[in-house]
Amino acid sequence: MPAHLKVLALVGFMLVVVATPREWFAAYAFFLGVLVTVGAVGRVRPGWVLKRMVVETPFVVFAVLMPFIAHGPRIEVLGLSLSESGLLSAWGLLAKGTLGVIAGLMLAATTTPQELVHGLERLRLPQQLVQIMAFMVRYLEVVTDEMRRMAVARASRGFVARNPLHWPVLARSVGALFIRSFERGERVHLAMVSRGYTGRMPR
Amino acid sequence: MTTPVLDVRGLAFAYPDGHQALFGVDLHVHRGERVALLGPNGAGKTTLVLHLNGIHLAGAGSVAVSGLPVTKANIKEIRRRVGIVFQDPDDQLFMGTVREDVAFGPANLGLRGEALDAKVTEALAKVGMEEFADRPPHHLSFGQRRRVAVATVLAMDPEILVLDEPSSNLDPASRRELADILRGLDVTVLMVTHDLPYALELCERSVILDGGVVAAEGRTVDVLSNADLMRAHRLELPFGFDPVAAAATL
Repeated sequence: MPAHLKVLALVGFMLVVVATPREWFAAYAFFLGVLVTVGAVGRVRPGWVLKRMVVETPFVVFAVLMPFIAHGPRIEVLGLSLSESGLLSAWGLLAKGTLGVIAGLMLAATTTPQELVHGLERLRLPQQLVQIMAFMVRYLEVVTDEMRRMAVARASRGFVARNPLHWPVLARSVGALFIRSFERGERVHLAMVSRGYTGRMPR
Repeated sequence: MTTPVLDVRGLAFAYPDGHQALFGVDLHVHRGERVALLGPNGAGKTTLVLHLNGIHLAGAGSVAVSGLPVTKANIKEIRRRVGIVFQDPDDQLFMGTVREDVAFGPANLGLRGEALDAKVTEALAKVGMEEFADRPPHHLSFGQRRRVAVATVLAMDPEILVLDEPSSNLDPASRRELADILRGLDVTVLMVTHDLPYALELCERSVILDGGVVAAEGRTVDVLSNADLMRAHRLELPFGFDPVAAAATL
């Protein structure tokens, strides 16, 4: 399936999920079923998805707190007095959040970053934004690699960031990384201009 | 005599901050030649290279490529004719896949569709990287990236290929593979390098740039075996390397 259709499907799916009243429990089961089917068709490994679902943790914490702090009529669950509306809100947040994260992961699992960038381009996202994203995808690894090498070089000379006194060193490293990346940007631009770049990506 | 592919006359250039890098460079490269540009760090080699495709414009003197002067008006055609392969392939390869990267140059020249695909395939075949067309560049080895970088400019059908330190950071096998590829190409080459055995292996003629002028030029084997000349320009052969003996095995 072309990437731009996947992006549209994801956005459409999320709008439907968010707009569904949280009392329609059956609908949520259906949404989950849709995602499971997508995952099965796309041969996504459940373990891969589960591991990446930890990004949702802050929301889960917030959702768990809600029944305890919300107002309104309270009910007894396992000997705890919980707010009814809080429970419902927590359920809504958790269900919608989880569905969103899984849907996003389905897209990530079945699409390479390059395909995604091309998909967004086909969706008529402004050229500048697409170009910036494409460069980010391309150079993320180069820059993190550079960062790793700098960290190794620091550690090799006995540096350990143990307390805030060491932060200035880290700040200088970040500064150096920024300068290096900036200079690389200039060299990349030079190489692009040398191959006839005039400010627009050829289509 | 025919028009040289590269004709640099009396080229002088100073950076905006006043630092003068070139003081009247004369350099001619003829069709089919492979020429090495040697010289110590800071001699002005990179500055000279950036004049060849109009990134810098001559302060005094002139640069012409196959008779076409390097000026603002000609810049597009000049950049097609002069293909520069920069030292760090990560600077040169910036697209998501190898195919897109090789297509970037010819697409800027207006090529589209099947003609573009054919050009990309042809350029990748010349450097033996066809099967990597759909891979992202950062997943390739350094030597493979260097070869793709060469393909990105070959795809523009340049009249002269300018290589900045082509053998740097390559392991010996990749270095030799690149040499084989360069030897097999039917294209004029100007190669900036500190790797003197590589210059001897690939280039018939060498030019020494030092202090912003051409200090010497001649057959590579003669230049490398002239100990006084070498010492005067901070050039040194690797330990135990005998250029005359090596040249005899070519």
